[in-house]
Parts: sequence; structure tokens; C-alpha cells
Amino acid sequence: MSKSVLIKSGRLIDPASDRDEVADLLIVDGKIEKIGQITSASQSTAVYDADGMIVSPGFIDVHCHLREPGEEYKETIATGTKSAAAGGFTTVCAMPNTNPPIDTRAIVDFVKTKALMEGVIRVLPIGCVTKNSHGKELSEMSELADAGVIGFSDDGKPVSDANIMRQALTYSSSLGLPIINHCEVPELANEASMNEGWVATRLGLKGMPNSAEEVMVARDISLSELTGGKIHLAHISTSGTLDMVRAAKKRGINVTCEVTPHHLTLTDEAVLSIGDENSVFDALTPKAYDTTAKVNPPLRNVADMSVMANGINDGTIDFIATDHAPHSSVDKVCTFQEAAFGISVLETALGSVLSLYHNKKVGLGTIIKKLTADPAAFLGSNLGTLKVGRPADVTVFDLNEEWKVNSSLFLSKGKNTPLDGTLLTGKVKATFYGGEYVYRND
Amino acid sequence: MTLETDSKHSFGQKHVLDLDSFTKQEITHVLDNTVAMEQVLDREIRKVPALRGKTVVTLFYESSTRTRVSFEQAAKILSADVINVSSGGSSAKKGESLYNTALTIQAMQADIIVIRHPHSGAPHFLARQLKSNIINAGDGTHAHPTQSLLDLYTIRKNIGDIEGKKIVIVGDILYSRVARSNLWGLTKMGARVVICGPQTLIPNDFLNGHRTEEGHPFAGVEVQTDLDTALKDADVIMTLRLQLERQRAGHLPSLREYSQTYGINARRLAIAKDGALVMHPGPMNEGVEIETDIAHGAQSVIEEQVKSGVAVRMSLLYSMAAGQNLEI
Repeated sequence: MSKSVLIKSGRLIDPASDRDEVADLLIVDGKIEKIGQITSASQSTAVYDADGMIVSPGFIDVHCHLREPGEEYKETIATGTKSAAAGGFTTVCAMPNTNPPIDTRAIVDFVKTKALMEGVIRVLPIGCVTKNSHGKELSEMSELADAGVIGFSDDGKPVSDANIMRQALTYSSSLGLPIINHCEVPELANEASMNEGWVATRLGLKGMPNSAEEVMVARDISLSELTGGKIHLAHISTSGTLDMVRAAKKRGINVTCEVTPHHLTLTDEAVLSIGDENSVFDALTPKAYDTTAKVNPPLRNVADMSVMANGINDGTIDFIATDHAPHSSVDKVCTFQEAAFGISVLETALGSVLSLYHNKKVGLGTIIKKLTADPAAFLGSNLGTLKVGRPADVTVFDLNEEWKVNSSLFLSKGKNTPLDGTLLTGKVKATFYGGEYVYRND
Repeated sequence: MTLETDSKHSFGQKHVLDLDSFTKQEITHVLDNTVAMEQVLDREIRKVPALRGKTVVTLFYESSTRTRVSFEQAAKILSADVINVSSGGSSAKKGESLYNTALTIQAMQADIIVIRHPHSGAPHFLARQLKSNIINAGDGTHAHPTQSLLDLYTIRKNIGDIEGKKIVIVGDILYSRVARSNLWGLTKMGARVVICGPQTLIPNDFLNGHRTEEGHPFAGVEVQTDLDTALKDADVIMTLRLQLERQRAGHLPSLREYSQTYGINARRLAIAKDGALVMHPGPMNEGVEIETDIAHGAQSVIEEQVKSGVAVRMSLLYSMAAGQNLEI
């Protein structure tokens, strides 16, 4: 007997098919069967009442860290995918900076098998650019591609050697897969733990200048032009980067980029942890040096943050990716300098980025597109849409529900978020993966 | 002995993390009580019962003789029990162990923990995690509030009211926790502060121009890269230790050039006001940031700074424990 679910009366927004209307959506055997006014469902059909809710394609996250194998105390494929489902994601791409790293077919197979056995949504592995991510020799890219990676990255650190990057772009171009780079010039990054600027100086912390990112972005754009290779810039954070990408795209260079929810919505002042009533000029309190706001690239200043929305609107930024980087308390309950970089993002991503809609900076359709159709296009997949016949990956969310972030309730093992205790507007109510509930919050 | 003990009005700090949280009145209160503490130090029997039954732990993750001994002596003269913990030079210890060490110390019922740590914000971390009162004895390149208090005391003792005085801080401002705390302390006391050093060692982000909102605490601080210009009419010259690492990190071409451009010598001292004070938080690189004859000359109060250290820290410890029928 076929299995079916009817999602009733939701506002269906599917940017890939230009749809924004109140309609019913019928799922049969894991595929989208029908969209419209559906009154004649069979008795065995489960009904989800989405009246007043947004029904969108399941979100796709091209950049997250699931930590398995090797750092299961921070996250596992099981907990990471549950966390993703709670955030409305039905597909995530796993970065290869695991231990061992994803630089051989065996580890790709391990991640895929684990995901099938213990994961609740789709996991697409990313392979290393270089063996062991050491930046010296290319990994066996053809075999990794054959094993099913969607791209290559040494994320967590940059591909520092310009010639290795050149070769990687050239070699991978025949595979049709992108090189995803974490752009950071080590000499300029200076082992800093936050953004260079007033806040860092105020706190007596070393700062990472925008140039640390931009110098490598300029290099990578130039190398992409030289080789014709596909360069994808991970988690861009500065207005200078945005300008360079915009100009490069105009010239037809094969460059794409992503932005995280935190670089869209937070600034380096989060490290001060001053609260709403106080000024940045007030005395520091014991709450300062907030390690949950330590992330790489660092949260930048308000000028950098505020132009990111423009980049979303004018298409310079291809999509939103979380850079979900879960850590255990051991990695974060320490001094700022020794704390690990990273934020646990999956469960707050939607609420964060919807603030751009509520503040009238970015339209709702655009936000959904940057979480669905656009990352799907980057992956060259048929996901990220509600078209009939496609996999029934569907996210239902309440656009206006206010909720207070409580990291202790995260399904992720990583409770590391600077948003703990803050109010977000917009909450995932149900996530369907292949027509099955993988998250439900009624 | 008359001491200001009305803690509600005169001293409201649970922790001493930096002088940014102090009011001018609170700083004045600590300096006023330091006078009385100096009298205690001049007594034949240098022991008062103020902190009897209290435990003070010094937790030093960086080597320091001057500051640690000064805190220890201050606490002992006030009759506190003092426990010294040092990390044995292992500054690379992970935060977990700082956290666990701190919990252990708290379990010993430490009333006050004095911490020095190579990481900025380590005292804030302890203050967040523990119930004990925390005193910052120097954290990374962030702050060193007790050094600033003793500098303020030394200035006031020698030339009176700090308000309106021109204080020139010379050297590695960017990495100097002493300079940073003094920026807070001196501006709160109404001094006219000029900072002077090579552009690579000036915390430009910290100063006006980068933040234009109202209420910038350092809106009045002047930056000057030419030392001769900066020193004109100076009441006080505070020179800072130049860390030798700065040359290697590319901030400076050479110590020689630094010394020629920013070293305090007799010719430069003559540009300042007659009788201007020369200060240095120590330890000095004589011949680099300051010439030996100036460091030990008539206008130098460098040894006096060290001497004030004990009395200032007594005053601070006293104020933190105040309101409990303390006698001295």
C-alpha cells in the first residue's frame, strides 16, 4: 500500500517554480504527487494542517561540520542531522576536516554509510583538496568524485599555497566540481581570535583584519580566471570581498560564494556581551570575552555586516550556508584566546535570517531561494523545489512565531551559540524528508 | 586611624577587573586610604587585623616577582591567610585546567583571588565562573588596574591633583596593559593624556575617529608620533617597557632606531616642564626606552612606584572586604 501525507492549506513558496500561493501538497511514496486544491485524499493519508504556515522546499546547507569520524564528543552524524532537521534542513554537506579527514574513498563511504544508518536526512560529503588537508599534495580527487563528494575543501584552514590552489582548480575543472576555500592569509590572520577593530583593541585581543580574507579572495578569483576552475568562497565576511566577487561575476569569472546567518546578523560587539541597555563604551563586565561569539572568519563590524544583505539581494551572494561548527563545553569554557572557533547554527539559522525579512532588508522569497533553489543549483541537483515528481523534502515554518533560544534544548551536541537567551521570530514546525517526518514541533 | 569605610557610597566593586568600572570617587577613595596604609607600613609592628580570617589566593600564570610579592605582602600585613599558586611557567595550560584550578581554589573558600594570566580576559572568565572576588593582576595585553592605581597614587603624592595635568605615555601602547589601564584611570581623574609612539604600536582603533558616537571615553586623548612635540609642557612622562619581540614581529626596524626616536634622555626631559616626573612600570630596558641616568635621576619616581605598590594593594584589599567592622 502506498504511503501518503497531505499538507493542507499552507502558503507554498517555491522559488524554483515561481510559486507563492495557498495550496495543498500531497506526498505519495516519498515524492511530491500533487499540488493544488486536494479534497479527495484516501483515508489512510496522514494530514498535516499547515494553515497559516509557510510550506517550502527542505533547506539545503552546503557547509556544515558533523565532526564524525573523530570528534564524536562534539557532534555525530546522528545528532548533527537531527539538529539539521530541527532547523528545517533536509540536505547538508559535511566538511571534511574530520579525523581522519575525508580524503579517501573509505572515509567518504564511511560518512555515507553512517548517514544512511544513523542520519535522519541526506548527507553529501565534501572531500579534501589536499591529502590530510596539509596543503602540500592534491588528494585523489577523481576517486573522491567517483565516491560521491560534491566538491573539495580544506575548510577550517585555507589552501595557502597559491600554486596548489592553481593546480587544484585546474585538476578539478575536468570533474566539474568546485574548490571551496576558506580564505585567510595566515600571516595577516596573525593567530588572532577575533575581528581587528575597536572591540578587539578594547579587549586587548589580537585582531584579524579584513585584508586577511580579501587578499586570498583576490588571489583565488585571479586563479579561477587563469584556470577556468570553479572557485567557491566559503563564509564571506567583508564588504571588500563582496565587491570583488561582484566585479568578478560581471567579468564572467567562475566564482560563487556563500554567507552565514551570523555574518548576516551579528557583529564583533557580540564578544563584549553587553546587552541592549549598555553602550560599547561602558565598563566590561564578567560577561565580556564571550567565547560563543568566537568564530572564523570573525564577526565583523556593522559596516561589513550590513552590506551582506545587499549581496543577497543583488545575487552576488549565491546562497546562505550555516558553517555549523558544534563544540563541547570543554572547547568553549576557557579564556577567549584558547577557545575553539565556531558556532552551533543549524537550529537558529532560519530564525536568524528571517530577521532580515522582518526588518524589511530581504524579501521572504529571496531568503527561501537562498536556502533552497540556489544551493541546489550550486550542487547541480534536482533538490530544493516542490515540483511534482521530486523528492518530498519539505519544511513547514511559522513566519511570525517568537521563541527564545535555549541552547540546552538543542538537538545538536554543540550548545555554543551567542544567541542563547535571545528572541527570534520564525520557527520550524515540521520537516519532511522523503515524505517522512524527521522533525515535528506542534 | 581614619578610613573611609562606607562601602555603599565609596567603593562598589565586587571585582577589580580594570579601572573602566571605577568612578572617579572610587579611585579617589582607594588613593585616600593608601595614605593611611602607608602609615601602617611605617609602624614598628606592621600588622593590622583587617582581613583576619580571610583567605587570599594569588594565582599566577606568568612569572612576576614585583606584583605577586606586593600582593602577598599587602594581604599578610592585613592579616589575611595567603596561598600562592603558580602554574610553573606552563602558560600553555588549557582553559579547562584554568577552570578546574579555579574551582579547586574556590572550594578552599578563597575570599579573594588575585590572578595574572597571559590571556586577556582571564580574570573576567574567573569572575563569570566563581563566587570569589577577583582582582586582575595583569591579563594579557588587556589591563593591569593595580599598577595604574599605584601610578595614580605616585603622581598625586608628588604633584597633587591629577586633574588638568599633562601626562605623556610613551612607547608600546598597543600591547601595554599598563598603558591601557592608565588610559582609563588618568582620563577618569581628568588628566590631559597624550600617547606617543611609533604608528605600529599605537592602538588607533581604540581612539577617537574610529568611533564617532557620543560618550567615547578617550575622545580627549591626543595621539602624537613626534616625541619632542608630545613632551612640551608635560607634567609626567610615563615610559613603557619595550618588549624585544616587537622587533621580530615587524613592528620596529631596530631597538636602536626606537631608542633614538622614543628613548627618554636628558635633552628630551628638558623639553618637559621643570621638575616633570619620570615614571616606568618596570622592569626597565635601560638604554632602550630610558637612559640610565634618567631612570635613576632626580626626577625619577620609579622606585617610589614600587614602594607605593604594597600600600595601594592594601587599600584595595581593604576596600573589597570593607563594611565588616574592619580595624587597622
